[in-house]
Amino acid sequence: MSRVEAPSQRATDVRAPSAAEIEASTPGAGGALLEVDHLVKHFPIKSGILIDREVGRVRAVDDVSFTVRRGETLGLVGESGCGKSTLSRSILQLIKPTSGSVRFDGRELVGLTARQMRPLRREIQMIFQDPYASLNPRRRIAQIIGEPLALHGLRSGGERQSKVQELLERVGLSPEHYNRYPHEFSGGQRQRIGIARALALEPRLIVADEPVSALDVSIQAQIINLLDDLQNEFDLTYIFVAHDLGVVRHVSDRIAVMYLGKIVEIGPADAVYANPIHPYTHSLLSAVPIPDPRQNRAREQVVLEGDVPSAADPPQACRFHTRCPRATDICSEVEPRLVDYGSGHWAACHHPIGRESPRAGTVG
Amino acid sequence: MSRSPLLEVEDLRVHFNTDDGVVKAVDGVSFALERGRTLGVVGESGSGKSVANMTILGLTRAANADISGRIVFDGRDLATLDAEGLRSVRGNQISMIFQDPLSSMHPFYKVGRQLVEALEVHQEIDRQEASKRAVELLGLVGIPDPDRRAGEYPHEFSGGMRQRAMIAMALANDPKLLIADEPTTALDVTTQAQILRLIERLQDEFEMAVVMITHDLGVIADVADEVMVMYAGRVVEAGTRDEVFYDPQHPYTWGLLGSLTRVDRPRTARLAQISGQPPSVISPPQGCHFRPRCPHSFGRCTETPALEQRILTPGHADRCWLEPERKQTLRVVSSGEIGLEEPAA
Repeated sequence: MSRVEAPSQRATDVRAPSAAEIEASTPGAGGALLEVDHLVKHFPIKSGILIDREVGRVRAVDDVSFTVRRGETLGLVGESGCGKSTLSRSILQLIKPTSGSVRFDGRELVGLTARQMRPLRREIQMIFQDPYASLNPRRRIAQIIGEPLALHGLRSGGERQSKVQELLERVGLSPEHYNRYPHEFSGGQRQRIGIARALALEPRLIVADEPVSALDVSIQAQIINLLDDLQNEFDLTYIFVAHDLGVVRHVSDRIAVMYLGKIVEIGPADAVYANPIHPYTHSLLSAVPIPDPRQNRAREQVVLEGDVPSAADPPQACRFHTRCPRATDICSEVEPRLVDYGSGHWAACHHPIGRESPRAGTVG
Repeated sequence: MSRSPLLEVEDLRVHFNTDDGVVKAVDGVSFALERGRTLGVVGESGSGKSVANMTILGLTRAANADISGRIVFDGRDLATLDAEGLRSVRGNQISMIFQDPLSSMHPFYKVGRQLVEALEVHQEIDRQEASKRAVELLGLVGIPDPDRRAGEYPHEFSGGMRQRAMIAMALANDPKLLIADEPTTALDVTTQAQILRLIERLQDEFEMAVVMITHDLGVIADVADEVMVMYAGRVVEAGTRDEVFYDPQHPYTWGLLGSLTRVDRPRTARLAQISGQPPSVISPPQGCHFRPRCPHSFGRCTETPALEQRILTPGHADRCWLEPERKQTLRVVSSGEIGLEEPAA
C-alpha cells in the first residue's frame, strides 16, 4: 500500500499520514469539515540576558493529522501535557502553529491575519473548561452573550435582546436571567451561559475543551445531554477535548488518542474502546475505574510505571517506549508510523495489540 | 475479644453562622469504621463530605462553628479533646491527605526536611535517624532514587510524585486511620491507578483504616468496602459496596448511578440526568432534601426520613419514604440499568 511506503527525503523524518489518507480510509460519507495536516507547534525555550538564545523546544504538537466530518464529534483524549489543549487552540489560530495546515471547509486558516480570520471566527467557536474564569464577572449575562453579536455587527438593540433571551431559553436558563451577573449562577448554569455565548453566532464547529470536568456528576449529565441536543438541532460538529475517557466515549463518534504531542491511535469510538491497538490506549482505558464493582474486579488492570516524560526532551523513536510493557529494542530505535488497520482505525506501534506487526518497511 | 470499631461518629452536626444565615454543612451524620477497612464517602460539592471528615480532626473549629455529636476514635471522644490533645492524634494516629498536594506542602523546604519534621513532632527520634527514615518512607511509596529526591523541593516533583510524598508524610507515624479527601482528583488516570494501588498496598501492610472521600463512583467501586452517600449535609444511604451499587435504595443514588458514563460500554442514546440544582445549605427544602429533584416524591416527603434499615439486609440503611417493593419497580429503567428515571427520548 502506498501509505506504508517511506514518504520522506530524510531517513529519520517519519511523517504522519495526511488528513486525506485518514479521511479516505474512514468508512461512511459526510465529507470533512476540518482537515488538519502535519500540524506542528513547538514552543521555544529561551535563555540569555541580552540575546534570547533558543536552547530547546517544547514539542507540544508534533506532526498531527486528522479530519473531522460534518455533524460528527471527534473526541481528543490524553493525559496532561500530551498537547491536546495546544492542538485545539492551534486549530482556532489562538496559538500560531509552527508549521502545517488547518483547512476549514476547504479554506486554509494557517497564515491568515487577525482581520482575515475574523469572519471565520463566527463559524468556529470554543467552550472552555472553567465556567468561573471564562465569564467576565463585571458584565451582565445580556452583555456576555450579546457581545459576539455586537462585535460582528449582527442584530441591533431590541432584536439582540430577543436573540439573547431565545438563546438563554434554549440552553435551559430562564429569559429573566438576562440582567444578572455571573456570580449569581452555579457552575452548571455558568457552563450553560458559556454554551449560549458560543451558539450566538450560529457556528458550524465547536471546540469544547474539558467542558464538563469542573462540574458535579449530576450536572455533567445535564450538560452532556444539552450538547447532544444542540448538535442534532443545529447540525453542529464538535471537537471534544477531555481527559475523562467515559465522557469521551459517550459523546464521540471517533476518538484520537494523544501522547507527548503525537496521535498514537485514531479511529471509530467503539473500535478504539473495545479493541485498542496501541498499548498506551489500552493502559489508559484499563486505568479508569469502572463504577461497577464486579466488572472492576473481573478485569485486568495495566498499571503504568513512572510519569509522562517532558515534551521538551521526549524519548527517541517511539515516545511511549520508556513506559510501555511491550517495548523491545526496535521501539527505541525506529519511530513507528501511524498505520491503517482497516475501517479508519489507525495506530502507531511496532507491537500492536491483537494485530500483526506492521511490516518492517514502514519507515525509510 | 469483642473489638469496638476504630472510629464511631454519632449524630455529628457542623453548623456555621454566617451573615447570610446558618449553613448546615453537616446535619446529623453517623457512621462506624472497623480497623483495616475502607469507607467510601461519595457526594457532590456542598454535600458535607469534606467538612464532616475535617471535623474528625478538629479542623473546622472556627469561632462561627457550632459542632455537636460524638467522634469516638479508639475509645476517646475527639469532639471533647482540647487543641493540645488533638495535636497528639493528628498526623500521628490519624493522618489526612488532600486533593492538591502542592498547597499542602511548604514550598520553601526540601521534601526530606518536611518529612523529618513530621517524624520529630510525634516521635523521640534523633535528626540522623529521622533523615534515614524519611528516605525510607519515600522509597516505600515508590519514589525512584529517594536519596536524591529527599533533597529536592516540592516544585521539582511531578503531580503524582507530590501525592506520593504527601502519602509518605501521612504514613510517617504509622497512623491507624488515613482520611483521603479526593486524593486522585487532580491526577491523570494512569497516575490515579498508581496512587490507589499504593494506598491499597500500604493499607494491607499496616492494617490501616481508610476514609476515601470522592465524587468519583469509579474510585469507590475500586477501593471501598463500605459506602456512604451524602446529599446536602446528610447521609442518604449507607451499606456495603455491593449493596449500594447493586441494590441501591435512595433515588439520589439511582440518579448518580444512572448519570454515569462508562468506558466499558458503548454509548447510550442519552444519559439519565438528575434535573435541577443541589439545594442551598442555608435554607434546604423541608423534609427530604432531595425532594425537589426527585421524580418519585409524594406527600410524606416533607417529613424528614431517618437514616435506618428499611429492607431485610442488616446494615444497609437509607433515608427514603418509598415502600421498598415500590423501589424495585421504580428504579429499573428499560435497559436493565439502575437509574432515577427513564432517559427522555
